Amino acid sequence: MVKIVRKKVLNPSVTLLEVEAPRIAKKAQAGQFIILRLDEEGERIPLTIGDYDREKGTITIMFQKVGLTTQLLGDLNEGDTILDFVGPLGRPTRPELGSDVKRVCVVGGGVGCAIAYPQAKSLHEEGIQVDVIAGFRSKDIVILEDEFKAACDHFYLTTDDGTYGEKGFVTDKLKALIEAGNHYDAVIAIGPVPMMKFVCKTTEPFGIYTLVSLNPIMIDGTGMCGGCRVTVGGEMKFACVDGPDFDGHKVDFDELMNRNSVYREREAREKERHACRMEELAAHMIH
Amino acid sequence: MPNMSLTKNPMPEQDPNVRNHNFKEVSTGYTAEMAIDEAKRCLNCKAKPCVNGCPVNIRIPEFIAKVAEGDFQGAYDVITSTNSLPSISGRVCPQETQCECHCVRGKKGEPVAIGRLERFVADWYRENVNAMPEKPASNGIKVAVVGSGPASLTCASDLAKKGYEVSIFEAFHTAGGVLVYGIPEFRLPKAIVQNEVDKLCALGADLECDTVVGRTYTIDEMFEDGYKAVFVGSGAGLPMFMGIPGEALAGVYSANEYLTRINLMKAYREGYDTPVKDSKAVAVVGGGNVAMDAARCAKRMGAKVYVVYRRDEASMPARREEIHHAKEEGIEFLFLNNPVQILDDGHGKVRAMECVKMELGEPDASGRRRPIEIPGSNYELEVDTVIMSLGTSPNPLIRSTTPGLEANKKGCLVADEETMATSREGVYAGGDAVTGAATVILAMGAGKKAAVAMDEYLQEKYGK
Repeated sequence: MVKIVRKKVLNPSVTLLEVEAPRIAKKAQAGQFIILRLDEEGERIPLTIGDYDREKGTITIMFQKVGLTTQLLGDLNEGDTILDFVGPLGRPTRPELGSDVKRVCVVGGGVGCAIAYPQAKSLHEEGIQVDVIAGFRSKDIVILEDEFKAACDHFYLTTDDGTYGEKGFVTDKLKALIEAGNHYDAVIAIGPVPMMKFVCKTTEPFGIYTLVSLNPIMIDGTGMCGGCRVTVGGEMKFACVDGPDFDGHKVDFDELMNRNSVYREREAREKERHACRMEELAAHMIH
Repeated sequence: MPNMSLTKNPMPEQDPNVRNHNFKEVSTGYTAEMAIDEAKRCLNCKAKPCVNGCPVNIRIPEFIAKVAEGDFQGAYDVITSTNSLPSISGRVCPQETQCECHCVRGKKGEPVAIGRLERFVADWYRENVNAMPEKPASNGIKVAVVGSGPASLTCASDLAKKGYEVSIFEAFHTAGGVLVYGIPEFRLPKAIVQNEVDKLCALGADLECDTVVGRTYTIDEMFEDGYKAVFVGSGAGLPMFMGIPGEALAGVYSANEYLTRINLMKAYREGYDTPVKDSKAVAVVGGGNVAMDAARCAKRMGAKVYVVYRRDEASMPARREEIHHAKEEGIEFLFLNNPVQILDDGHGKVRAMECVKMELGEPDASGRRRPIEIPGSNYELEVDTVIMSLGTSPNPLIRSTTPGLEANKKGCLVADEETMATSREGVYAGGDAVTGAATVILAMGAGKKAAVAMDEYLQEKYGK
């Protein structure tokens, strides 16, 4: 059981929670994730570790309210508890980049920026030159702008509708930067699967190594079920233990999108149960 | 007067066409009268060959004699002096290849129903007494147990009884390993597993769930934190796939995933959040006990179910009883059939599985006749879900994060057969982590042997 010590609403659908989890905080590295379960009837969901504080012993998660569990999680407050919180899981990103990387472009899409941010921050702290492109649908959902500015060398913000920053997609900006002569040893793309797929399509002709953080459906997160299997370079990989980061030019994104849609109808039904589950959860916490 | 009936007292069971719609236990267990009557079939022979067949050395004729007298508490005391988990082993042990296959009565007629009697005694105790054990005086020595499946629970229990300060580290949110995520409720009710875990905690063992050893906490850190010895009972949980086209389609599961969703996450129950696919027709590929469990779960979820197995019925590794139960419940067996590919419905979901018929050729290295494809016999089996139950191997996480821990080519930890000691001083291992996927009772036996060796090692090094 972990306690929520800080809650911050980043935008109408994205919430930040900082929880007390000293053992995980001691070990966590950028790119790793946790699995949580809210209560006895709850499902296990994976969330990337957004930040960690080894001294305070806390872990920060940021998530979008997209279904039943994230809705319930988003409704929790400071002082509330989460029944199960396991981690750090998966392999950290840094070793995947190699030791001689000097300049990196981190590309975040929507809530993916919450995961792109710690990546940018840790690479920047290491002395690597970091450019960030953060893309959002429109102005009202922009998150972490100030945090990003403090954690990179150049920050570019795009909105699809042009209500803030530059109008266009992250791929437009990335292509423009590369064509303008910016040399990147690697690109890290984190966001919705179609966005990561198109970032990879953008970098492929330039031969820039592109790392993506995959988000398949997971249950245990420790390699015992294969629910999170993805095809990378023609081989079956389990994202929870072999990843979640992979060479984006080798990933079968269409297969991933297909596998992620298996329970869509059921998820829509579940969301309607939100109200009554919230009451149950509240009752559970009072006891 | 001994009962000279040539057959065992039959086990009362739910009707097949009722039980294949619910997750309640299939067998309802002996009544006291049935148990006493069956116990009288035991001849209490001098040689006691049954005991040699039991990996945890239960004093079988002795406990059965108590049952015959109607002294069920006495019978429970005899069993639990060597076996910590009788309500579990009485249910899931393959007695036909262990204790019962050595029974003298089995030479002419059926052996004594040792497993059913063991189960009866454990259930009687839980329903009528259910006293929690008392915590023995501590000897002050800390030991760590990795995993909480049958090997670990047995090892932890034996060490706790000797006064060690035992901490169990489990990756999942619930203790029990395969007993909770793999074996379904209708074979082993989860409340029974929980009761055994509660007893272990009453003995003083400390259970830390949500701890992934190798990630959250390492074996080296355990020694730094003052643990003097570690038992690794992390099992063999890594599922295998066939490597055929279509295995990534939506609707293809490993048996581990399917069973975890249903058993651990309770996807079969109203009100639980974890989804599982609604299936009309399911193909389960494989012929082991796990395949039987997956098939019988799928049946209870309302699907038409096929078991697709590449050899013949006699070669199936599953227990006869499980195959029999599955057939009674309406599951169709396609022997000498093998999947070639899984076919797409055009939207990324399973439409059918293409199979090829097989025939048996010459014996292979394992001594079993090798299945060979019959060319041109391919056909499509109309299914919307495929569950791959091809076996499992040990997860690499612990061996890859523990320097000096030797593993073989198959990824199994190398341990001494008698002491279960690994290549690292103070680290012992047992169960599927050492043997690869095997049985619950063999894991319990390994946990028991390790506890004896760990006690000797610790007493020599740290005892007074």
